[in-house]
Amino acid sequence: MSTEFLSGNHASALAATLAGRANRGGRGFGGGIYPITPQTECVEYLCQQEFERGEIVRVESEHSAMGVCIGMAFAGARTFTASSSNGLAYMTENVFAAALYRLPIVMMAVNRTLGPPWNIWVDHGDTLMLRDSGWLQFYCENNQEVFDTTLLAWRLAEDHRVLLPVMVNQDAFVLSHTMMQIEVPGLEQVERFLPLLRLPHQLTEKPVTFGGLDFPHETEVHRRQHAEAMARVPAVYREVQREFEQHFGRRPADAVDGYRMDDAEVALVAMSTMSSTVRAVVDSARARGQKVGAVRLYMFRPFPEQDLRQALRPCRRVGFLDRDISLGLGGVLWAEGRAMAPAGCLVQNYIVGLGGGDVRPQDVQGILDDLVARQRAEEPRILEVAT
Amino acid sequence: MSIALNMLSRGIGQRPVQLVIPACCGIVTAGAFPCSAYGAPVLAATFASAAAFATGLARVAQMNGEATRVICFAGDGGTYDIGMATLSAAAERDEDLLYICYDNEIYGNTGGQRSSATPLGARTSTTPGGKLQQKKDALGIMAAHRIPYAAAVSLAHPEDAFAKFQDAVGRRGFRFLHVLSPCPTGWKSEPADGIELVRLAVRSGLYPVYTVFDGRRVRVDVEPELDRGALEQYFARQGRFRGDLIDLEAIAAAIRENWDDLRRHAAGGERP
Repeated sequence: MSTEFLSGNHASALAATLAGRANRGGRGFGGGIYPITPQTECVEYLCQQEFERGEIVRVESEHSAMGVCIGMAFAGARTFTASSSNGLAYMTENVFAAALYRLPIVMMAVNRTLGPPWNIWVDHGDTLMLRDSGWLQFYCENNQEVFDTTLLAWRLAEDHRVLLPVMVNQDAFVLSHTMMQIEVPGLEQVERFLPLLRLPHQLTEKPVTFGGLDFPHETEVHRRQHAEAMARVPAVYREVQREFEQHFGRRPADAVDGYRMDDAEVALVAMSTMSSTVRAVVDSARARGQKVGAVRLYMFRPFPEQDLRQALRPCRRVGFLDRDISLGLGGVLWAEGRAMAPAGCLVQNYIVGLGGGDVRPQDVQGILDDLVARQRAEEPRILEVAT
Repeated sequence: MSIALNMLSRGIGQRPVQLVIPACCGIVTAGAFPCSAYGAPVLAATFASAAAFATGLARVAQMNGEATRVICFAGDGGTYDIGMATLSAAAERDEDLLYICYDNEIYGNTGGQRSSATPLGARTSTTPGGKLQQKKDALGIMAAHRIPYAAAVSLAHPEDAFAKFQDAVGRRGFRFLHVLSPCPTGWKSEPADGIELVRLAVRSGLYPVYTVFDGRRVRVDVEPELDRGALEQYFARQGRFRGDLIDLEAIAAAIRENWDDLRRHAAGGERP
């Protein structure tokens, strides 16, 4: 284990490099890559690495980047790519295809606002757009978590009870371009944690067709199997947490990461880096005697329904802080999570930090004050916090 | 299409292959899940992605020292239109792939809409008044990538076709084969006339059968007769063309010009 000073982009690329090298005794490693701000440093880093059995293919679009990953994964290699925002929108068809083919591809996505107009800063609308794509999704809070999640993503994806692709998300610039001190394991440690990939449906010389015509009943069965694999993820993830801790001495976060929630009457729910700010506000509220807690959704797909329901059980008031907006509805976290609040609980949605607007402690404090003071919930509130 | 697949299969022989087939009639005839009609492993690709999926398969085969030959089999829609960027990029990277376009000059699977391979004057379901633009020269575009091997295949000349399939499967680097592939439904022609139509297209000079090596050396594989009768027959035996948009004089002139160019390139080149 060594200590490195890395940006979120480089942390992810380093984890991918180690995971890729760890499969050199298997079918190797690779992926198609295409640059987009703010993901570029990740793929540049990868292109500077040497792989004994690995190939990074510099393609002409995000659509083909995922296409090359699909081909490599079908040939049995461990695969990785990275993208962001409009790149993900362009890639979308093959994002869905990767999951429907049940391929254990790992993609790092830097969350960036969709355009036009063009905005390179963080919000979560890009990857939440892909929430129905059949991928697992994790939203990271710091660079150590970006590194760790990238590594454990393969352990989860390649588990034969799962066999699904995993998206590891980090906030644009706040993590992607901010350097932090992180603990990095050696290759041998990574090799012990990540067994060689054995894809049960690898394309070989056997005359079978993958992805051909499905009639309605076959599709019903395939979707049910996909849904069952998703349903197995929480239990498999808890195993992976334990394994990761045994190998690296750090315990990855729970799917639903509660903070001072045991007796919390008021909870603020958020994702990614905004959660750190929320926790700081919770601490100061607690110091004033308010029974306030924070909940961070680390895993978003599969949606950790049970864990969120459990975490929110003591609450009378819950605020969902969404750095995204499903236009015509409201925040996606709120829309999906509001039913997990206990009966009679006041649930209010705050849409905050769109387009990378800096969400400061006083903004979250304002949300908390509003939540505590209000008589009833109303339509999602779209806040303007950017200066 | 089925004749082309048959010849391809003979060209492959016993060599291990993997087929990548995007949306097109060729993936429908591969059969419904979990069957496979082709006796070879097939990856059914998203429409625009055949060359990208194939790149992935070929790279991993290569890094594992395997002899597997990866072959894309795609229609004109998947090649000339939606797949062109992906195809161009794979050719530019000189991926170790054989890409075969069987060109029926329409989106056949969806019921016969115009593609950029549809010739001038052809009625399709989206050009009911006849197409007003020329067909795109995909073989020329691919040859311009300076790929090792780009060739037109005539199904009416089985020996030449078989030799090309065999040659193209075995070569390294990016290979492109273009196969004119009649579609009786879309061409409004007799099914039994399919091969005859290809023969007429070749005899008239409308469909030049040639090979380009490394984007520079041109070899003419079948000498056309530049036969005006064959040209007339080609159009007369199909119901898809709108008569008043077909100017045989202009087409014959364009054919001569095209052949002048081809012969000039071929003369300057050398046979391999």
